[in-house]
Amino acid sequence: MSAHPSESGAGEISRILAVAWKDVLMEARSRANFAAVVGFAVLMLVLFGFALGPDSRALAQAAAGVLWLTVIFSSVLAFGRTYQLELEDGALDSLLMYPGDRRSLFLGKVIGALAFVFAVEAIVVPLAGILYGLPVLVALPDLLPIMVLGTIGIVALGTFYAGMASRVRAREVLLPLLLFPMLAPIVIAAVKATDVVLIGDAIAERVNWLGLLAGFDAIFLAAAYLLFGAVVED
Amino acid sequence: MIPDNDTGAAAAAGPLLRRGPALALFGLAAAAFFAYAQWYGLNTGPERDMGHLQKILYVHVPSAWIAFLSFAVVFLAGVWYLATRSERADELGASAAEVGTLLNGLVLLQGMIWAKPSWGVWWTWDARLSSTLVLFLVFVSYLALRALVDDRERRARWSAVVGILGALGVPVVYMSVRWWRTLHQVQSTPSTMDPAFATGLRLNAFGVLFVGAFLVLLRRRVARMDAAVEAIADERALRGEVDHVG
Repeated sequence: MSAHPSESGAGEISRILAVAWKDVLMEARSRANFAAVVGFAVLMLVLFGFALGPDSRALAQAAAGVLWLTVIFSSVLAFGRTYQLELEDGALDSLLMYPGDRRSLFLGKVIGALAFVFAVEAIVVPLAGILYGLPVLVALPDLLPIMVLGTIGIVALGTFYAGMASRVRAREVLLPLLLFPMLAPIVIAAVKATDVVLIGDAIAERVNWLGLLAGFDAIFLAAAYLLFGAVVED
Repeated sequence: MIPDNDTGAAAAAGPLLRRGPALALFGLAAAAFFAYAQWYGLNTGPERDMGHLQKILYVHVPSAWIAFLSFAVVFLAGVWYLATRSERADELGASAAEVGTLLNGLVLLQGMIWAKPSWGVWWTWDARLSSTLVLFLVFVSYLALRALVDDRERRARWSAVVGILGALGVPVVYMSVRWWRTLHQVQSTPSTMDPAFATGLRLNAFGVLFVGAFLVLLRRRVARMDAAVEAIADERALRGEVDHVG
């Protein structure tokens, strides 16, 4: 409607990228958080290994599920943090006062969190390959699209719910409580697709899990984008 | 002691509060109809394969139907709230969510009671069971969010959003697990059923619908009362009659 440059599509995209860049830069400047999350993820892989026992066949069977749970648990640490930092000194209020669509804040945060989680995965996935005896490097071309699509779904919903949960008492409980049931379809599709790639699960193969995963991403990303305005409006 | 002049919100709640006797009558009628529907269902003969175990379907299936209906109401109330910011939409959504969660929990429990003698296990990771459990957990988290947010406007806004996304997740979960090993039988249709069973089921569906509607209306009434009490407390606090709002 308006021809004002700040409301054009190009302005919107630069706003999204500015938010993403700010978040990435903040993580990069204080590497302590990234290191802590990676450490947590490695610990999860090791503990799951102990819990499942040393039987290498059982480990390979469970690997896809373990890998995705590890990704989810460690990303939750990142989601809460991005808003936590915004809430200190009222940074979120200033962000919201900038002109333009507030939903670009959501997309910016999603991109920033994606960069963070992908960086964690770059370390965790090869390590899972070693610990659980999986042909991760050989399967990489098939595995990569699954990791990307699965992570997008997790990050989209995680960034969305963290926008609410981080401003509530008992936030540590509330975020997983809100997020985990909604992640069910993403987890199912991502784990099944990973099973097909890593251990050639013949039963899972009958469904196009990657296509389903892309569909879930599209639905949740669109819904979260449309509803985000009502989350931050204060 | 509340003076007459200080209660905008309390006055607004007036009409609803005066409808108390009508609501009580409706509740009695709903309970009576439900009791009749149960009596009818229990008096049908034993089913060929399942015997009297089949009787649990007269509460199990209607509970599931009305739980789904309640969640559809939560979805619509969420859209309504975001479009109009009407407090009534928020109260309707919250009430429907509570009743839906209750019925959903009952569906799971009744299903387990049925599953143990029929399938030999209390629980199995079947598609229908899993998606119903996820649905239950989604709305438990909805209720947890409501309990943890104190600001009325923010609570309403966030609940609307979580209710819409939650209801959206349900068909998705259901579709995603359709290809799993599925133990839960496909729904019978009236044509594959003895007419007496079909009538019993229909009667009970309306029975649960009426009781559910009564609970939603009752819950809304309580929400109105809460709002009125809060408004009165706020007004008195503003006038300095009390030192703080509890």
